Amino acid sequence: MKKHILLCISLALLTSCGSDESDPVAYVPTPAQIDTPLIFQQLLPAAVIPEDNPLTEEGIALGKRLFYDTRLSLDNSISCASCHKPQEGFSDNNAVSLGVDGTPGTRNSMPLANLAFNYFGNFNWDGSATTLEEQHEIPITSSIEMHNTFADITTMISADASYPLQFEQAFNVTTVTKTEVTKALAQFVRTMVSGNSKFDKYLLGEATLTPQEQNGLDVFLDETRGDCFHCHGSPTNPLWTDNIFHNNGLDTSFEDRGRGNITGDPNHFGQFKSPSLRNLAYTAPYMHDGRFATLEEVVNHYSEGLVYSDTIDPLMKSIAQGGVHLTENDKQDLIAFLLSLSDPTFINNPAFLPN
Amino acid sequence: MKKATVLALFLVSVLACNSNDDDASTPAIESDVTIKFTQSFDDQPVTASEFSNLDYTNENGEQLSISRLRYLMSDIVLTDVNGIDTVISEYQFVDVGESSGALLEAPIKFEEGDYTLSMRFGFSDADNIDAAYPDLNAATWGVPAPLGGGYHYMQMEGVYINSEDVNTNYQFHTIRAAENPGDDVILTDTSIAVNLGTVSVEGLATTIEVNMNIEEWYKNPNLWDLNDLYTMLMPDHEAQIMMNQNGQNVFTLGDITYISE
Ligand code: HEC
Ligand code: HEC
Repeated sequence: MKKHILLCISLALLTSCGSDESDPVAYVPTPAQIDTPLIFQQLLPAAVIPEDNPLTEEGIALGKRLFYDTRLSLDNSISCASCHKPQEGFSDNNAVSLGVDGTPGTRNSMPLANLAFNYFGNFNWDGSATTLEEQHEIPITSSIEMHNTFADITTMISADASYPLQFEQAFNVTTVTKTEVTKALAQFVRTMVSGNSKFDKYLLGEATLTPQEQNGLDVFLDETRGDCFHCHGSPTNPLWTDNIFHNNGLDTSFEDRGRGNITGDPNHFGQFKSPSLRNLAYTAPYMHDGRFATLEEVVNHYSEGLVYSDTIDPLMKSIAQGGVHLTENDKQDLIAFLLSLSDPTFINNPAFLPN
Repeated sequence: MKKATVLALFLVSVLACNSNDDDASTPAIESDVTIKFTQSFDDQPVTASEFSNLDYTNENGEQLSISRLRYLMSDIVLTDVNGIDTVISEYQFVDVGESSGALLEAPIKFEEGDYTLSMRFGFSDADNIDAAYPDLNAATWGVPAPLGGGYHYMQMEGVYINSEDVNTNYQFHTIRAAENPGDDVILTDTSIAVNLGTVSVEGLATTIEVNMNIEEWYKNPNLWDLNDLYTMLMPDHEAQIMMNQNGQNVFTLGDITYISE
């Protein structure tokens, strides 16, 4: 009997040693997953989730709160969502985005969708960031965007009534740093998946295209007419972008060198990342500087507005004539097809809207 | 006594079998095998760093640059002297501009000895299944359905100086030849069997270079005139057949290098 007690005591001691005395048992966040659309499951590699930032319910919820929190900016005036508005396809309708104090930036805001499926790690128009975590640092500190410092942000967070607990539950930390802020944002942004457009339903056999949309698709895929698919994807690449850099013939010389700013290679001057053609119904104006207000202007550009420069992409055709000169009919149909790639359930998905 | 000897011998033989790697009498050296894909224009190398310069002149006399070069090799196989095939890879996607895909490491080691190396430029019809390969879908490598679907074999693009002295974009894309695009498209498999001959695998690692001589695409048997055939070649059935003919001798065995220790 005595022996037994001794054994019990020593066992108790042993186990208590195992689980650190000072730390109460750490909260374990609930693993979460991206809601991958069926069409992506069929056609694409799995989403890219970095090993050191797995998705959790707590992390995503925290990321969403941060995304909509104006206190991330210097003067509490803007949040991520000011330039990435849900109803505008998570971009904004200014040609170039406005930072704190209404300071104009130099580029058009990019729509946020399907970024977990960017396999090449090219973020921003010029690929200046290679991960989302890295990307999110930029708007927060950029003087033409939120113009804040992480020192101020972490002070704000620790003074808040509920952020500290949220960070502790998501990342098991008591001191919040830049790392956890950008990780949480990235978790939320990775969940923003758009794969439920009319065209997706058509691919699944759940919708039919109008004759206009069908002809527009043919123009898009036809090397002698639109030939858009080489850069912007096709029914077998439902991201509707190649996520690679090209110069699509907008200018003869470059105020913004785009990709060339990052690599320093003159062959890359004037190259920008092909944007996805999803959700164009909401994301006007278009191009890296928002120069085109309508899809008509975009299509006219490709049809007859191309201009030559040294780095113009070799896929651009008949440049001396400004392009291949689509018929009026083909242009209208092409636009009808492009609009079938817009996904109203994405911009209205409560998971992405403020609570 | 006899029994004991037999047992002892038996044990020795079992042990020898188990540890055959360090058995001094029959050391089977196994080599890592890497296939290295390179490109040249005759004897000028073509890599991402030469991209976009008008450095090359084809047989017909056009000066040209290369600014995108992506191609697919499939069914990459080493066959040993007994005719046993080992598949090194179902397919390999080489993107010269992105400096990716040039090195293909075999998933297993090979015993020293002679093998024949074979592969295919593009996918044969049996493998050219529309939408079947997620990584190639993500690389926007697909061929549109009206042209029969499946995948590109090669995208080679750049600028050439045309007969009016104008810098002009060309798109030399090879795909399965398609006649009568649309619902009643007729397809001809224009992928190319590439037999590279015998390679000797030796030492701890063997690297086998397979070179694409781009000049061949413009030369033999069809003298290629870019002024006629520079753009919109995907729906051009005849151009695709000519590319297939010119492609027969594009790939050759390059250097084979060994690491012995
Ligand atoms: C002042 C407007 C503005 C604010 C605020 C802003 N962004 Fe952006 N966002 C942009 C612009 C403009 C770009 C394109 C930047 C470039 O190419 O240099 C962009 C690009 C991005 C991208 C890259 C998308 C892609 O396809 O590569 C991501 C991701 C992103 N923003 C997320 C965020 C997050 C998260 C926040 C909040 C921390 C935020 N943004 C705040 C304007 C803004
Ligand atoms: C050579 C590759 C390439 C081809 C071919 C191409 N595009 Fe683009 N596209 C781009 C790039 C790169 C951009 C961004 C350019 C910039 O902002 O500087 C772009 C931008 C766009 C945009 C603006 C999207 C936005 O969110 O701002 C639309 C719409 C578009 N393209 C449609 C088309 C259509 C339709 C075709 C066929 C007629 C086509 N593209 C052919 C590369 C290409």
